[in-house]
Amino acid sequence: MTMRTPPEIGGMGHSVPRKEDPRFLQGKGNYVDDVKLPGMLHLDIVRSPLAHARITSINAEKALAIPGVLAVITGKDLEQYNLAWMPTLMSDLQMVLPVDTVKFDGQEVAAVLATDRYTAADGVSAVEVEYEPLEPVVNPFRALEADSPIVREDKEEKTNHIWHWEAGDRSSTDRAFSRSAVTVKEDIYIPRIHVSSIETCGCVAQWDAVQEKLTVWMTTQAPHAIRTVIALVAGHLGLAEHKIRVISPDIGGGFGGKVPVYPGYVLAIAASFLTGHPVKWVEDRMENLMADSFARDYHIAAEVAARQDGTMEALRIKTVADHGYTDAACNPSQFPAGLFHICTGSYDFKDAFVEVDGVYTNKPPGGIAYRCSFRVTEAVYAVERMADIVAHQLNIDPAEFRMKNFVKPESFPYRSVLGWEYDSGDYQGALERAMEIIDYPALRREQAERRDRGELMGIGISSFTEIVGAGPSRHFDILGIKMFDSADIRIHPTGKAIARFGTKSQGQGHETTYAQIIAEELGIPASDITVEEGDTDTAPYGLGTYASRSTPTAGAAAAVASRKILDKARTIASYLLDVSEEDLEWEPGKFSVRGAPDRARTIQEIAFAAYTDHPLGMEAGLEAHSSYDPPNLTYPFGSYICAVDIDKGTGEVKIRRFVAVDDCGNVINPMIVEGQVHGGLTMGLAPALLEEMVYDENGNNLTGTFMDYLLPTAVETPVWETDRTVTPSPHHPLGAKGIGESATVGAPAAIANAVVDALWHLGVRNIDIPITSAKVWQALRDAGVDE
Amino acid sequence: MIPPRFHYHAPATLDAALSLLNDYGPEARVLAGGQSLIPLMKLQLAAPAHIVDINRIPGLDAITEENGTLHIGSLTREAALEASETVRAGYAILHDTAAVIADPLVRNMATVGGNLAHGDPANDHPATMVALGAQVVARSAAGERVIPVADFFEGPLATALGPGEILTGIQVPQPPAGSGGAYLKLERKVGDYATAGVAVFLTVNDGVCQQAGIGLTNAGPVPVKAASAENFLAGQRLTEETIREAARLAAQEAQPSADLRGSADYKRDMVRVLTGRAIRQALERVG
Ligand SMILES: Cc1cc2nc3c(=O)[nH]c(=O)nc-3n(C[C@H](O)[C@H](O)[C@H](O)COP(=O)(O)OP(=O)(O)OC[C@H]3O[C@@H](n4cnc5c(N)ncnc54)[C@H](O)[C@@H]3O)c2cc1C
Repeated sequence: MTMRTPPEIGGMGHSVPRKEDPRFLQGKGNYVDDVKLPGMLHLDIVRSPLAHARITSINAEKALAIPGVLAVITGKDLEQYNLAWMPTLMSDLQMVLPVDTVKFDGQEVAAVLATDRYTAADGVSAVEVEYEPLEPVVNPFRALEADSPIVREDKEEKTNHIWHWEAGDRSSTDRAFSRSAVTVKEDIYIPRIHVSSIETCGCVAQWDAVQEKLTVWMTTQAPHAIRTVIALVAGHLGLAEHKIRVISPDIGGGFGGKVPVYPGYVLAIAASFLTGHPVKWVEDRMENLMADSFARDYHIAAEVAARQDGTMEALRIKTVADHGYTDAACNPSQFPAGLFHICTGSYDFKDAFVEVDGVYTNKPPGGIAYRCSFRVTEAVYAVERMADIVAHQLNIDPAEFRMKNFVKPESFPYRSVLGWEYDSGDYQGALERAMEIIDYPALRREQAERRDRGELMGIGISSFTEIVGAGPSRHFDILGIKMFDSADIRIHPTGKAIARFGTKSQGQGHETTYAQIIAEELGIPASDITVEEGDTDTAPYGLGTYASRSTPTAGAAAAVASRKILDKARTIASYLLDVSEEDLEWEPGKFSVRGAPDRARTIQEIAFAAYTDHPLGMEAGLEAHSSYDPPNLTYPFGSYICAVDIDKGTGEVKIRRFVAVDDCGNVINPMIVEGQVHGGLTMGLAPALLEEMVYDENGNNLTGTFMDYLLPTAVETPVWETDRTVTPSPHHPLGAKGIGESATVGAPAAIANAVVDALWHLGVRNIDIPITSAKVWQALRDAGVDE
Repeated sequence: MIPPRFHYHAPATLDAALSLLNDYGPEARVLAGGQSLIPLMKLQLAAPAHIVDINRIPGLDAITEENGTLHIGSLTREAALEASETVRAGYAILHDTAAVIADPLVRNMATVGGNLAHGDPANDHPATMVALGAQVVARSAAGERVIPVADFFEGPLATALGPGEILTGIQVPQPPAGSGGAYLKLERKVGDYATAGVAVFLTVNDGVCQQAGIGLTNAGPVPVKAASAENFLAGQRLTEETIREAARLAAQEAQPSADLRGSADYKRDMVRVLTGRAIRQALERVG
């Protein structure tokens, strides 16, 4: 990519070192748990050991006898304030604390307020709760049977079925299937997983009774939306939105898990409101794993209809979505199954129909977008697995098969049969590049040779299309609030600047990349620009950071606001240079007179003049705002190729090589993009081979610690070989697309496809992720293979 | 999670530690590296009223070779065992073991004594020590005794140590000429306990196995000594057939239980696969 600015300015395309790194690397970040206020109290939570039970009694006597324990809060207490339940973003209801029944293992049952963290924990151990066990509903298919116990007796309709959602034309798709030469069907389960960010969730709530103002430091990806939610939920208690300040300080990873409102937040706020003391609640790792939002848990039945020559014609998908005891996903309101209908992927399907049924079970709520834009990982995984299965069944090389079925570069903007308008793409180009890097023909030859020797090696491809940057106001809202995002830029008299945004970085590097966008547009060095986010009293309203939306929305707002500033700067320059605006030429950082380059004013001089010597009648200052409503989503894409070796004795899968070619349009900071891809690939490897939230038949969580919920370390992580192609977005002001999630979305299918590719000749069609050694061993021994 | 309250003692001498243990009896627990005890306390699966921290006691962390015996002080960190030249040069099987225990952070704290004293069949050293025919040295106010490792493990998290006893060291017989050993562990990821682990120590003369020690990790309620496989190998010429048969016998002796690592069948089969591989590797190492 050609760069418009020199390194000193550090606009688009420069690998500017991250501004946030010095404080993080020196341990000088400021996270919620670092907030310590005078008189601060600590809250800890009593949790249910059962997945489904009636609470017969809660006895707080012993807890209250412990010196330093001040209060034990129960659902009955909250009920008096109409706070026992709270609405979810999906218009369902979630308990803050239960009044009569608990619905999952690890659920909040009571809160203990104490003078220090340790005493609060002692108090939790001393609260005596009696339960009458109820039959738990663990399996979502069982939940849909007529005689299943009902998870939500509180609801009028006695059913565990939450909603049905569908997209596409059922009858034309059925017709396509009935006339098709080849049809392939596979059941694919994408298990329940957990984002497991390094920092768990928590908050410090401070109610100032004199100012009647609530300040909450909170681990949230969406501070502004949370402020509105608090005002809506607690408005009846006198909390008005101008009296609520949410501060989202440094965040140690969000990945979608820090979008929802958790009961602990509400409890801390209520406790501060009632006591007049600041109250801190920070959950521990087990609480985080057992009770915070899960992701995925899609039981997918996928079918593809194809011609004998390998042309895919139709896609039909039926999915059961296990939502736990309430639908607390964080999808845009109109999309209960998120953007799952991106499931036609990179392929030109002529017919498609997809349906999802949401189901209640006795498990924790969630269904959040784990580092993906609303169910996109599920969609991509399904279509990429199916593409491989069809290719193998027809005995066509999976790369050749994809090339044949791709949406062609000349078809963009491309309208998918399920209604999306893909902005730009060159799927063939990305796959060709990946094949070149890994030397695909040589790998296939090696595979054949090894197979002759009885060795197991597999090659897997994933050519994903992402859909990010929610989103255009005609379709996208959360609780009715349109999903725009915004930038406020203010240039100081000395030419330095501060810019504030409605998004909130959790590791994405916004302090650097937003500064680079402004540097690109205004020629002010990125190092002269302070970027702030996360304080609702100072930052402009926005919907926050998730779903790879920051660059597509707030990044675009930064460009648009910069351009407004540049317009004013041009007027000032023409005044200062005494020429008409048409006679001015702009290069980043400077206006000069056409034909007389010596006559020029730098952006810094113009900024100074904006406060000291501006044209008569013009308002002083140099600042602008933009609330950017994207005209469309952006569609990043890429092709990943993975090569694995399988140990026939133990079933172990070893990733030998992994090549990732990504395309996120124009790049703001290549180093940060690469970092995002590396992290995302590792978070794609994790569910492919290791991660799963496992429940026993009683609904007990068996994976409540990192000894059982397995995250990859550097040892399990292969060397990622990354590269890029650049296909700009035609509608984004900078031609950029999101990149934060591509790798998480694209990687799992490449790995699963590689494993199945190694075993296909043994009759293996599918192994559900996580692909453990034990599962591979079973497949090997079933096929009579031993070392 | 946060453990309940406890009293913390940090004696500076072995005698002071023993007298504290004597005073508090079963109420007290020794704290060495803390990498097993502290997690148990945090999970509230153990709630000792008194913690006797032995880390300040000097002289318990030496690795020395003397009179045909390797002495490993009980406070020897796994990281130190892994780095020891003596161990690397003469006791490859011990080096193998230290290198696959947990992760480097844990190994900087975890002790060899604690690894045995904890009595967890999922720990890796027990199997190795079983294969090597090691002995454990225990001290109490009443004096010192030496316990063969084969008699040391009594049940899950239960050992022959009494409440007043401190494990002070481990004695490993120096490998005779013509011997070799290996420890192989299958784990889901670094830091995981073994899906299956197999320690093999062989003495071989002219291709014929004179003596074999085989210990299994996480293959039953206590570390398993695969006696039938050991007995079978003794006197056998080591061929693909005899190795395979020994592996089959070792697998028969494994009594693993199903968990998230896999089914009992899978684990038993992993004992078979790893035993075969460990025998072949031990054989390669025979000096
Ligand atoms: C994340 C993680 C992963 C792990 N993975 C593995 C693994 O893969 N393989 C493996 O083998 N281990 C593993 N461990 C356990 C680790 O090796 C432990 O440290 C070891 O089991 C105990 O040693 P310690 O010195 O930490 O003992 P401590 O935790 O201090 O004590 C453990 C028990 O032994 C007793 N004890 C300790 N020393 C003595 C003594 N000298 N005399 C009498 N009693 C004593 C204590 O009272 C206590 O009951 C892991 C631990 C962690 C935290």
